[in-house]
Amino acid sequence: MSKYSNMTFMGYRRENGRVGVRNHVVILPLDDISNAACEAVANNIKGTMAIPHAYGRLQFGEDLEVHFRTIIGTGANPNVAAVVVIGIEPGWTQRVVDGIAKTGKPVWGISIEQKGDLETIRQASWKAKEYVHWASELQREECNINELWVSTKCGESDTTTGLGSCPTVGNMYDKLLPEGIYGFFGETSEITGAEHICQKRAINEEVGERWYKMWKAYQDDVIFAHQTDDLSDSQPTKGNIEGGLTTIEEKALGNLEKIGRTSQFIDILDPAEAPESGNGLYFMDSSSAAAECVTLMAAGGAVIHTFPTGQGNVIGNPIVPVIKITANPRTVRTMAEHVDVDVSGILRREMTIDEAGDELIDMIRRTANGRNTAAEALGHREFSMTKLYRSA
Amino acid sequence: MAEIPQLLVHEHDDNVGVVVVEGLTASTDMLVCVTHDNSTFRLTSGADVPIGHKIALKDLKEGDTCIKYGEDIGKVIADIPKGGHVHTHNVKTKRW
Repeated sequence: MSKYSNMTFMGYRRENGRVGVRNHVVILPLDDISNAACEAVANNIKGTMAIPHAYGRLQFGEDLEVHFRTIIGTGANPNVAAVVVIGIEPGWTQRVVDGIAKTGKPVWGISIEQKGDLETIRQASWKAKEYVHWASELQREECNINELWVSTKCGESDTTTGLGSCPTVGNMYDKLLPEGIYGFFGETSEITGAEHICQKRAINEEVGERWYKMWKAYQDDVIFAHQTDDLSDSQPTKGNIEGGLTTIEEKALGNLEKIGRTSQFIDILDPAEAPESGNGLYFMDSSSAAAECVTLMAAGGAVIHTFPTGQGNVIGNPIVPVIKITANPRTVRTMAEHVDVDVSGILRREMTIDEAGDELIDMIRRTANGRNTAAEALGHREFSMTKLYRSA
Repeated sequence: MAEIPQLLVHEHDDNVGVVVVEGLTASTDMLVCVTHDNSTFRLTSGADVPIGHKIALKDLKEGDTCIKYGEDIGKVIADIPKGGHVHTHNVKTKRW
């Protein structure tokens, strides 16, 4: 028993037993051309949210699978109470409805062809209204902290993230993973420079070898296949360099501080894949671009995201509260409205990593209870699909 | 720690540290803290260095390896005096 074992929060227990910390009614487009109808429905029925995105037509193979996993995973996420799915045609629309229905939550789909937008919007608005009435009467109940699924990915990193905000997240994982939470980290390309260290953080050799193969495949199939000179213009980013990061190795070593001192990852997930190996830490093969990565981890089932930033990334997500943590005193001063947890005291040696970890855990608990994050208050709802290759 | 450090170093093996205050100017008598065990020493800054940027803890020669977190973070491509500003103009990844 630790001091975290009896920590509880008030969450929404869903039909499949998972616990959400938000209660969204989502109007979910299957494809880009259904965005307009979804946005019209969300405009008609207050308390719903459309999640427009850029893709969903003429994709094939693994790229199509990632698309379906992302859309279905978003609807299935326990932060979502009920879903109306709109697609251009009935086949793929039904596939999304069936995927989300496995959770047992209310989901209903409609397709636009042979109806047009206006009739689709009329029918979908009636269904959305019914869902809002139902969802708005659901009550939060007391849940143990170990029922949380918490993801992490950092952005606009600088040297202060490796000194302060990333170790804060790592300390949180070192404390809460033993309590039984699920954790997600990823950013395949950004581990470059610290891959030898990351591989050793696998729970055993077999997982470590599978992790290395996945990391190497990205290097060979994507970076070396598409590079024009090298990655120096993208990794580190211009913002990273402004913040003092010089090389990708330096950036990667700071990034890996997010998994703490003792945490080990137990398995590897494909993009947007839901974990099936029990509680523990997972590495998700994912882009290092903030919105793409958070979108994939939310689709994998994370209900809270912890986001260390140095220079001040402003990202949010439609369905998952994104908690911003920074140790950079200039960012605290110039971008205060984006900061949820200020750990700049670490740089002044006024705050220990252990104390910072406890502050983050307290903010996770408060956020799970319903406190809106800075990103939620500011309306940040970035939802970005990962695209593996050109559509047909 | 009553006095606030200007420079933080991760590990004792490191040959660079990170400026953690705004407006650091050349010739500042800096308090340097090694976060691994909170041990401290003093070093004079050799340049105006922005917050988040690195300073060399000793003279570094072209071809040396830059060490931070106790790990190799790249190669020195131009000599850097002790106290000097370390960044993309004098350190580069060994990857490409």
